[in-house]
Amino acid sequence: MDEEDPEEFQKRLDTLAPLVVDGAPYAVSLGFKILEMTRNRAVMTTPYSEDLVGDPEAGTLHGGVVTALLDHCCGMAAFGGLGARHTPATLDLRIDYMRPAKPGCDITAEAQCLKSHGLVAFVRATAHDGDPDDPVAIAQAAFMISGASKAAHKRAYEAFKAAES
Amino acid sequence: MSEVLLETLLATPFVSRIGVQVEQKGTELTGVLPFQDTLVGNPLIPALHGGAVGAFLEVVASASLLVSQPMARLPRPIDVAIDYLRPARAQDVYARAIVARSGRRVANVRVEAWQGRTEAPVATLHGHFLITPKGADDES
Repeated sequence: MDEEDPEEFQKRLDTLAPLVVDGAPYAVSLGFKILEMTRNRAVMTTPYSEDLVGDPEAGTLHGGVVTALLDHCCGMAAFGGLGARHTPATLDLRIDYMRPAKPGCDITAEAQCLKSHGLVAFVRATAHDGDPDDPVAIAQAAFMISGASKAAHKRAYEAFKAAES
Repeated sequence: MSEVLLETLLATPFVSRIGVQVEQKGTELTGVLPFQDTLVGNPLIPALHGGAVGAFLEVVASASLLVSQPMARLPRPIDVAIDYLRPARAQDVYARAIVARSGRRVANVRVEAWQGRTEAPVATLHGHFLITPKGADDES
């Protein structure tokens, strides 16, 4: 699988990655978008919205929005790192909240898959509100291609083939 | 107990949007995340989004801190570590927190979330929160 042509791989990633975001209702409802996607790296953003505020006095986004964006962005980096065939599930996610995000600013997350082998991937990520050198949060996470994910992928693939024929 | 702040927390746009509710008995609190289609992360399984479960656990941690003692402000997360133990199915999620330590500025909280059976948790959170207990921090 690793000997796959890099161009072919990137093509598959470009096709599948947006589906993994647009196919996740939670990601859609929070407005997640992919900015960049290569084998081991994912950059995603979520627009500032008053709907997502966690501190009405300060107007800052809820920590949970940053948690969700970091989780999804790390998952995308792991998806690429693991070969872009199955969507991995989060095993653990550790986040340090360095400071509240500035009101009115979009949040961008950048994730790097540091290592992947077999079914497990290790990812590190940063979330910022404009300046990557002044992060609002940093995260480290581990992902795994679960049996449930593989089985779901198989069901979906068979349904797709059946619909095609 | 910080009744008003608990209401404020549940009424914040993000928290009311994901639909977190609490069942409270004295200082004991159970959080409920009623299932909604918009919480799904992987529709093929279908499983809830890790970010939805994570955010829910953070809210339950904050809510539990608010019922544990009078606070002047909403707790703010410093760090959280979330373990995902099994896929969270397309059903309601429940969570309960243990405040392991609550000091003058920082509280250490553990939260466990489950669906069908409490013995089969779907996720756990361990985190530190910045808190402002009433009276303890009047100078700031």
